[in-house]
Amino acid sequence: MSEHKEVVTMAHGSGGRAMQQMIERLFLSAFDNPWLSEREDAARLSIAHLSAQGDRLAFTTDSYVIDPVFFPGGNIGKLAVCGTANDLAVSGATPAYLSCGFILEEGLPLEDLHKIVNAMAQTAREAGIAIVTGDTKVVQRGAADKIFINTTGIGVIPADVRWAACHIQAGDKVIVSGTLGDHGATILNLREQLGMTLEVESDCAVLAPMIAPVRALSGIRALRDATRGGVNAILHEFSAASGFGICIDETAIPVKPAVRGICELLGLEPLNFANEGKLVVVVSAQEENAVLKLLRSHPLGADAATIGEVTENPRVCLRGALGVSRQLMLPHAEPLPRIC
Amino acid sequence: MRFVDEFRDPKLARTLIQRLHQRAAHLPFSAEKPMQIMEVCGGHTHAIFKFGLDKLLPPQLEFIHGPGCPVCVLPMGRIDACCEIAAHDGVIFCTFGDALRVPGKQGSLLQARERGADVRVVYSPLDALKLARENPQSQVVFFALGFETTLPVTAVTLQQARREGLNNFTVFCQHISLMPTLRSLLQQDDVRIDAFLAPGHVSMVTGTAPYHFINEEFGKPLVISGFEPLDMLQSVLMLVEQVCEASCKTENQYRRVVPQEGNLLAQEAMREVFTLSGSSEWRGLGIIEDSGISLSRAYATFDAEIRFRPQAQPVADDPRSRCGEVLTGRCKPHECPLFGTGCTPHNAFGALMVSSEGACAAWYQYRHQETAAQERTTEGVGQDE
Repeated sequence: MSEHKEVVTMAHGSGGRAMQQMIERLFLSAFDNPWLSEREDAARLSIAHLSAQGDRLAFTTDSYVIDPVFFPGGNIGKLAVCGTANDLAVSGATPAYLSCGFILEEGLPLEDLHKIVNAMAQTAREAGIAIVTGDTKVVQRGAADKIFINTTGIGVIPADVRWAACHIQAGDKVIVSGTLGDHGATILNLREQLGMTLEVESDCAVLAPMIAPVRALSGIRALRDATRGGVNAILHEFSAASGFGICIDETAIPVKPAVRGICELLGLEPLNFANEGKLVVVVSAQEENAVLKLLRSHPLGADAATIGEVTENPRVCLRGALGVSRQLMLPHAEPLPRIC
Repeated sequence: MRFVDEFRDPKLARTLIQRLHQRAAHLPFSAEKPMQIMEVCGGHTHAIFKFGLDKLLPPQLEFIHGPGCPVCVLPMGRIDACCEIAAHDGVIFCTFGDALRVPGKQGSLLQARERGADVRVVYSPLDALKLARENPQSQVVFFALGFETTLPVTAVTLQQARREGLNNFTVFCQHISLMPTLRSLLQQDDVRIDAFLAPGHVSMVTGTAPYHFINEEFGKPLVISGFEPLDMLQSVLMLVEQVCEASCKTENQYRRVVPQEGNLLAQEAMREVFTLSGSSEWRGLGIIEDSGISLSRAYATFDAEIRFRPQAQPVADDPRSRCGEVLTGRCKPHECPLFGTGCTPHNAFGALMVSSEGACAAWYQYRHQETAAQERTTEGVGQDE
């Protein structure tokens, strides 16, 4: 059998030779860094190196179970690095180290695993992040859906960065770093086999380089990356944490025509769609323009826009094009397309 | 975006609203006793709340939300029958997404899936047909529901299934016809409807003629309307003009989509595949004569009810619920005693709260906190008995 048709077998999770070979030829080779190459049970990280960059660690974990595994703009591996790196970055940290745990379904083509691992390695390398420890399990066919990845990340927060949603004040501005819903629309189109030719792909990206210069500004209150639940969920989290409301302007929300189109067709809201490379920033009115300028100077933030502001009235509202405001509520579960 | 933004232009909307306010002053209605315009279709209900159209109307006009959401009028027992069919070994049960969470007495299809049934969301009956081709060892059942809007595509799917000779594909037919429902509404003594906004998508199939009885027999003006804000504002203005001029006719605002004679090919397919099956039970509205639709004799072999014979499960609605009164404009969603307490989108009692087109879900999503705030204010000043 030729190499590209080889698949993950139970032997790859056995702890025996097959597993050792896979670790060596695939993971060590792709991630290639001194901590992983020590092949110890834990990565041994220098405290002095970390503490030179700040006074607090940021520590986060996430699991990735996306269907389909490959999509325009990325794959589950790239997503697993970006998602965790972004959770660190929006807390003000510089992402430094990641762990990764794989749960592989028996029968997964090794070629697919190679692509996924290489995407992880490339994404991490480009962002200056080291994948320093990991774990692999193989489960029988049917016990998992192709591949699940967990990543845990550690980053360092500089001493003068104190972002938190509880600092949000009435009159602050709400900014998004670009068009909303690109990832959600791409995945929905593929997963549900809608067969639409969308001129849009997932925005999956590490946001840390775009966030880094923003840390120098004094008026930043809070940052989040708008993943599952979309910007709507983030606005509700900000409102609940601060006790203030947020009113956004529908006409100011950047959305690509293709994403608007799929939303119109299915009766869905781009504000509820997942993003994997978009920030929501709350900033003082005085620093609004400075944030917009910094974000727009980075390729990932070219379409950054102010979409609304924080209000005394503790509700999340959307002001429509016809001038009528309506309250935005969080969907209880994933919104379902309408019948007609 | 073309074909959308043109119909949401704020400047044009302001012009229409201004004109509506001018003309409404000449209506024989007041803020205390407004002209009640029933938007029949759930799509219209959704648009009214989404764009806040009701807040832009002059006080002499009021929308009341009609029974035109097919998911909302599903009786609980039919959902129970779906769950029963879905529970058969080897059945792949296919449904539109918004029927997934509608509660039956034994739970929803979503809960049936959690219990192990193979329930799948499809976007078209043709997707279900594809599943039947790909899974010859399984019985694929499509939950066919909706008004004349979705009837043609079910008909075309069944024609295709028959041509291919598929014997593992059936439909559970809960299609319903709109016109008998409108007649039934108008025959009820205590329902006050002054005019109708008729559904654009149903009309695209039926054409305009089937609505004439509403003008001729019941003396109510009717305008077939599109779903964008400018469509609906223009349609309301057309209704207002009719009343101001004391005329009463069926007008077609949605001419870019609705031909006078409807879609003749769709009508032909429907005639071949379906037959009116006498009375049908509607949630909240009870039994309505001539509103039910079943498969014609030639297509009986594709009837899931014949193949799986689910038990008849008549389920009485909770006497506290006012679903039927909401559907007929007798009360507003928040006036139901279950609204926001026993019945929320997370724990819906009635389908009106489940479907995104349902009046209660729309009210809950867009207005619930306003209503609650108003009630608190009223309580605060001691006006509440």
